[in-house]
Amino acid sequence: MKKIVSLLCALVLCCAMMPVSGAFAAEEEVAVYNWFDYMDPEVFDLFEQETGIHVVPYYFTTNEEMIVQVQYNPGAYDLVFPSDYIVEKMVRLGMLAEINYDNIPNLVNIDENLLNPDYDPENKYSVPFMWGTLGILYNVTMVEEEVDSWSILWNEKYANRIYMLDSIRDTMGIALKYLGYSMNSTDLFELREASDLLIAQKPIVKAYYVDETKEKMAAGEAALALMWSGDALFAMELNEDLDYVVPQEGSNIWVDPMVIPATAKNKENAEKLINFLCRPDIAQRNCEYIWYSSPNKAAIEAMGEDYTENLTINPSQDIIDRCEFFHDIPEDEFEDFNDEWERVKDAR
Amino acid sequence: MKVLKRFYLALILVFLYAPILVMIVQSFNAGKSRAVWEGFSFRWYAELFNTAQIKDALIVTLTVAALATIISTVLGTLAAIGIQAMKARPQTVMLALNNIPLTMPDIVTGISLMLLFIFTGVPRGYVTMLLAHITFDIPYVILSVLPKLKQMNQNSYEAALDLGATPTYALLHVILPEVMPGVITGAMLAFTLSLDDFTISYFTSPTVQNLSTLIYSQSRQGIKLYMYALSALMFVALLVLLLLVNKRSSKAEI
Amino acid sequence: MNDYQMPSWGYWVMGVGLALYLVLLVGYFIKCRGFRRPVFASPYVLWIVIFTVIPVLLVAYFALTDGNGNFTLDNFRDFWDSDYLRRAAISPERAEKLKERGMTLEEYLPPNSSNVDTLIHSIWMAFQCTVICLLLGYPAAHIMADREFKLGATLVVLFMVPMWMNFVLRTYALSELLEEDGLINNILKGVGIGARQLLNTDGAIQLGMVYNYLPFMVFPIYNSLNKMDYKLSEAAMDLGCNKWQTFYKVTLPLSVPGVISGITMVFMPAVTTFAISRMLGGGKTPPLFGDLIEKRFSGSALNWNLGSALSMVMMVLILISLGFLQKADPKGEGGGII
Repeated sequence: MKKIVSLLCALVLCCAMMPVSGAFAAEEEVAVYNWFDYMDPEVFDLFEQETGIHVVPYYFTTNEEMIVQVQYNPGAYDLVFPSDYIVEKMVRLGMLAEINYDNIPNLVNIDENLLNPDYDPENKYSVPFMWGTLGILYNVTMVEEEVDSWSILWNEKYANRIYMLDSIRDTMGIALKYLGYSMNSTDLFELREASDLLIAQKPIVKAYYVDETKEKMAAGEAALALMWSGDALFAMELNEDLDYVVPQEGSNIWVDPMVIPATAKNKENAEKLINFLCRPDIAQRNCEYIWYSSPNKAAIEAMGEDYTENLTINPSQDIIDRCEFFHDIPEDEFEDFNDEWERVKDAR
Repeated sequence: MKVLKRFYLALILVFLYAPILVMIVQSFNAGKSRAVWEGFSFRWYAELFNTAQIKDALIVTLTVAALATIISTVLGTLAAIGIQAMKARPQTVMLALNNIPLTMPDIVTGISLMLLFIFTGVPRGYVTMLLAHITFDIPYVILSVLPKLKQMNQNSYEAALDLGATPTYALLHVILPEVMPGVITGAMLAFTLSLDDFTISYFTSPTVQNLSTLIYSQSRQGIKLYMYALSALMFVALLVLLLLVNKRSSKAEI
Repeated sequence: MNDYQMPSWGYWVMGVGLALYLVLLVGYFIKCRGFRRPVFASPYVLWIVIFTVIPVLLVAYFALTDGNGNFTLDNFRDFWDSDYLRRAAISPERAEKLKERGMTLEEYLPPNSSNVDTLIHSIWMAFQCTVICLLLGYPAAHIMADREFKLGATLVVLFMVPMWMNFVLRTYALSELLEEDGLINNILKGVGIGARQLLNTDGAIQLGMVYNYLPFMVFPIYNSLNKMDYKLSEAAMDLGCNKWQTFYKVTLPLSVPGVISGITMVFMPAVTTFAISRMLGGGKTPPLFGDLIEKRFSGSALNWNLGSALSMVMMVLILISLGFLQKADPKGEGGGII
């Protein structure tokens, strides 16, 4: 017993003496708050080598969580990757700093169609990082009929073989779309109809996941999944029986922009990083790592047919026309949206 | 009967160790994802040592655990000595106060501390995590030290003072040696709890991540296999260490 | 929302308080040329006031106020009637719109008890978990504490090692075992039973809780059995009791403090967990009370006031159950994990 104790004491002391400051050395820094695994990890190393600015990465799993953290930790983050409709909200709440485009010459590489979007009409606060669609990822060996409608997610033949997203806007959104309403609806009756539809679906759903789905689909754990295009491609890369489709009824198209919080301590470094991420070779690297659609024209050109021939990453114009952007829903109406979603989650 | 008993214990151990075995096996998976087994390789071990994030989280976990252990052991031991010497009424009050953090659910402790830090405008990060860990460690130290204090002669401290010892001297040379086993138990308990804590760290430090919160933020994404490699290494090191020590000390003491 | 921060005079109060404490301490030291022992506890008193008492008061404050800081009991009312706050939040215009389409607000959002149901469900799950841990853990502890069993100490270590592995990680690894194509289902298939849905069920959460909390049941029972004087049971045997009678009349009553301590240490975390249900329930199982609280603070359904009220309910519940347990072990002899 005594020896355990002395060993443990030694262990504790060693740990305590490890350089606490090592991880938090005071140097040129930029704190990045991003979705986990949403960037080629080597990109930060390259940036550090080139500029000497140390990147400190932080991760969030939902937009809602991210907003709270940015609000209550002023100065903690310099560059954030919210979803498009969240940018609208952050602008409304005065949480964002205007970007100085003099520091971002690489902006010329970005597709003009994606500039001045609805969520940031004058393009003061955001630069697009990636974009994509929402659709159905399915396993061709398990699904017999053609997949072209959301209705297949309600088909009892696939009971316990369907993954849905544990993401309020996406899952509520497709239920609304399937019913023929707008994904941005705030009408109480339409919302109720959508949540009833999802509650009816719950018994045949295998699980509500966010990011685990891609790996589980790759492992053949289920037949159908509601999925974002990039995650779908990740899974398709691992398992060639998988295919992705954006249903006829239409779906969501989204852009993930980069923004700088108003409280950022290292705004210039953040702008340098944005500029770096807009450089064609870096954008290509990221695109090939996470498989979402790139807003970077030069990078797309460099990737050639690998990119343009791939319908998942480069959807045709008619698919894009069928899709709709999410918009920010004002707080009190979002409460209703949220409560209807909670009804689905609480249903047994 | 004897065989049956051993078989039962073996079954429980299998239950406890099966997930750990899964981790170890998967850590040698050559594939990108844990979903598909693509052959044996050390790839994730190499990646483990190249990932700065893990290193940072590991340093945070270990330093927070160590600092929290040291501070809470000192404060807790002093407090236990003080509480032991109190009169009945304040002693009851103190013990009741000490019971609050012990009986509070982790999630409530975490939330209440989060509210405190937001309320006082302290930016949540490394320091707040450390403060939170000290807070939930101290009561355990006190609980470990108090029984030892009860066992020792109540008058020896005063006797030492009467004989001319300074209070510090009496504390270090009279009380401390007597209660040392309790102090060490408390410190070990504090270190273990702090190492494994998830809930309280989750609420008190959103920016600086320790291993638990890092893994949790990854778990929604599908954990990277280098995490498994890390725990496989930790597991083997720990097992060897503990079994070796246990073997020697059981010969010497028990 | 930034007005959750305290007013600036708060800092003055804190600073002055701290300075006063230091001055008193130094003054006392100089006057008495040393400390009497109770003074040693004073840093901890200060600590507990700042880091335990004030935070709990803050939770209480949030539970008893609305978003604007006005006193209200609505948060607790919402606990009983789960759509109460929502009904109150819908604006008259929107309610009017509902009426136009032939529905009153009460019809649209009828009173329901989903929060209470969740609490009951949580307690039921935690209760099951505690019983399973007791049934599995008691025999194990009993075997380990047996005098003829030489490996007791080694086994304690072996039980402890998984606890040193990261809690989140080992739970995650457990979920991998339960996968449709995981080890357990493959064994089931091999035996001829066939694969079944294991993950994302209440059973999976139950298993995760038992897996994580079983050692907390084994250690205190082992400790209390180990401390027991074995001569007592030998005496009982000599007096003619058979093995079962000895166990029932001597060993079991003497191990009650350990059992109580074990029950506390399993039931409490089990009833409040949110990570386990998140990782093993896949969002499909009914939520546990811990999930309900968590999502009010960091999840999608942000509402600190409501979340604080739910936390208070949870705290009161724990205090009540501890009160009951303390009656069974008034001296608190249970001891800790080690």
